Amino acid sequence: MEAFRTLDAVAVPLPRPNIDTDQIIPARFLSRPREVDHAGFLFHDARRLPDGEQDPEFALNTEAWRNARIVVAGKNFACGSSREAAVWALFDAGFRCAIAPSFGDIFSNNGMKNGLLPVVLPADVVEAIIAQVEADPGARIQVDLPAQTVTAPDGSVHGFEVDPFAKHCMLEGLDEIGLTQSYEEEIAAFERRFGRENVR
Amino acid sequence: MSETMFEKIWQKHRVLDRDDGQTLLYVDTHLLHDGGATAFDFIRNRGLKPRAPERIFATPDHYVSTSTRKVEEIEDPRHREMVEKLDRNTREFGIKQFGLGTEGQGIVHVMGPEQGLSQPGILLVCGDSHTSTHGAVGALAFGIGSTEVAHVLATQTLWQRKPKTMRIRVDGTLSDQVTGKDVILAIIAKIGAAGGTGHVLEYTGSAIRGLSMEGRLTLCNMSIEGGGRAGMVAPDDTTFQYLAGRPHAPKGAAWDTALDRWRALPSADDAVFDAEVSLDGSAIQPMVTWGNSPEDALPIDGRIPDPSKAVDAERREQMARMLVYMGLEAGTPLSEVAVDRVFIGSCTNSRIEDMRAAAAVAKGRKVAGSVRAWVVPGSEGVKRQAEAEGLHDIFRAAGFEWRQPGCSMCLGTNGDIAQPGERVASTSNRNFMGRQGPGARTHLLSPAMAAAAAITGHFTDVRRLLAGEA
Repeated sequence: MEAFRTLDAVAVPLPRPNIDTDQIIPARFLSRPREVDHAGFLFHDARRLPDGEQDPEFALNTEAWRNARIVVAGKNFACGSSREAAVWALFDAGFRCAIAPSFGDIFSNNGMKNGLLPVVLPADVVEAIIAQVEADPGARIQVDLPAQTVTAPDGSVHGFEVDPFAKHCMLEGLDEIGLTQSYEEEIAAFERRFGRENVR
Repeated sequence: MSETMFEKIWQKHRVLDRDDGQTLLYVDTHLLHDGGATAFDFIRNRGLKPRAPERIFATPDHYVSTSTRKVEEIEDPRHREMVEKLDRNTREFGIKQFGLGTEGQGIVHVMGPEQGLSQPGILLVCGDSHTSTHGAVGALAFGIGSTEVAHVLATQTLWQRKPKTMRIRVDGTLSDQVTGKDVILAIIAKIGAAGGTGHVLEYTGSAIRGLSMEGRLTLCNMSIEGGGRAGMVAPDDTTFQYLAGRPHAPKGAAWDTALDRWRALPSADDAVFDAEVSLDGSAIQPMVTWGNSPEDALPIDGRIPDPSKAVDAERREQMARMLVYMGLEAGTPLSEVAVDRVFIGSCTNSRIEDMRAAAAVAKGRKVAGSVRAWVVPGSEGVKRQAEAEGLHDIFRAAGFEWRQPGCSMCLGTNGDIAQPGERVASTSNRNFMGRQGPGARTHLLSPAMAAAAAITGHFTDVRRLLAGEA
């Protein structure tokens, strides 16, 4: 996994609530292996008009936000399907952080295992940040994982909570399987104790 | 001991706790489907293999065709390859696969309970968000992403921070034709699509106790649509009767031992939950969704809501956008909204009881000329049982298509999609924009309600149809 420490990048506003992972990447693109660049699938249908042309109103289609690496979204961002390809599509398009009042639980987990940091901030703070980036398209946000802070375009600094274990893994770019294997003794001991219980 | 059922299962599966609050949990049962090829790539790239193949069970569902059982007849090469990859991966690593055309094949969340793999007290995971389904038997079951699937394959464990718990109590007696689907839609309408975020939901109360196993599976299936990490129902005689004799359920003396263990699982009377919600079950009506989140559900006698009456500007804007997408006008009675397609299927509602409920409505009636209606049984087992009961003949005589088991139109990964602008009465779980195909308009409802919509061509209170009033 790519390590994450700090990020200073353009933030794109996606102020709607309940943006689901079906919108982030439609199901018909899910049969691609991870090696395939998923950037082109990001909001594939949501960013297009019914005739297939790019919707000029969709934030990611505008010049100011084309190079955004942070998404600031409404509540319950990336709810729904567990598809990890939602994270890959964001990651491959350059995103490394998502800020929202809440996230789909599975997306949060997937993000932290792929170098995409989910940051939960209070709804009024997210609303204020969205207003700032909408008023000044291309405005930047600074994210500091070691300090657990987000600095909004207006200079206000907001602390956020992050699971200490996930933080450690993200800072070091750690791969969890390798780490878990270091507990082989404990797992083997558990298996001896647990035995064949519930083996079908 | 005032532990919740969740707490008991969590404690039993703890391999170790780290000081930073993470727990390594041991996974009893890992289910796989044909969307999971990437996870095998991940472990193969690292030179690893599954640690406990005897705890892994697989079946193809997302990419299978619902018009043929022959892999070579799957038209899209990408889809065919996904089904073939599951076959290759399970063979290579000695994993039990319920293959295409065999008795056990089906939607993974229908297959698990049907085979007796989903059991009380176990920790079950699968790379699919609707894994919450299996909590209906009193298991802790939740969906995970591909990286986590690879982790479970390689180590049979998973890192977790302990979630919070929410008790959802539904008391009272459900009215005729009010099903598990209507109960969960009513719950989500109340708590919202993010209402259960970070929580494991336990459903309790007399209305829940009165649900059949199929009804409970439907209920727990959609826990994720209310944001829940998992959903569960305490095991009772309904559970035990359902599991007894199933292929992978314990037998003989092992059954008796298991029963003793299972009877100790329910939450203690004085167990404390982080959050409590309650609903009056007797007030729940057959539900239909109108918007693009499962929280946008109304009783069938409702009208399309008016954005100008929304609680705030954000909701107003959101509702207006959804009405445009859905092609609906505020104030229209739900019962006047016409449908183009009907889909009876998915891991939410494709079990034998669902087939029977829909067939009871279809029997002796005809699908409206303007409607194309599909029935997709959840598994080969459900299909065979339904055919033994003659349900397929009832459906066909009424003008429904009777298809082969798979996920099908719920998300259309196999190519079963609706056309842009088509309105679908669907027994599935998500009415998201584009879920059933770009531009498709999905309304969620129960199997009997879906069948009623197929017959009349518009949303209809199935009770009125059966009473000869519609």
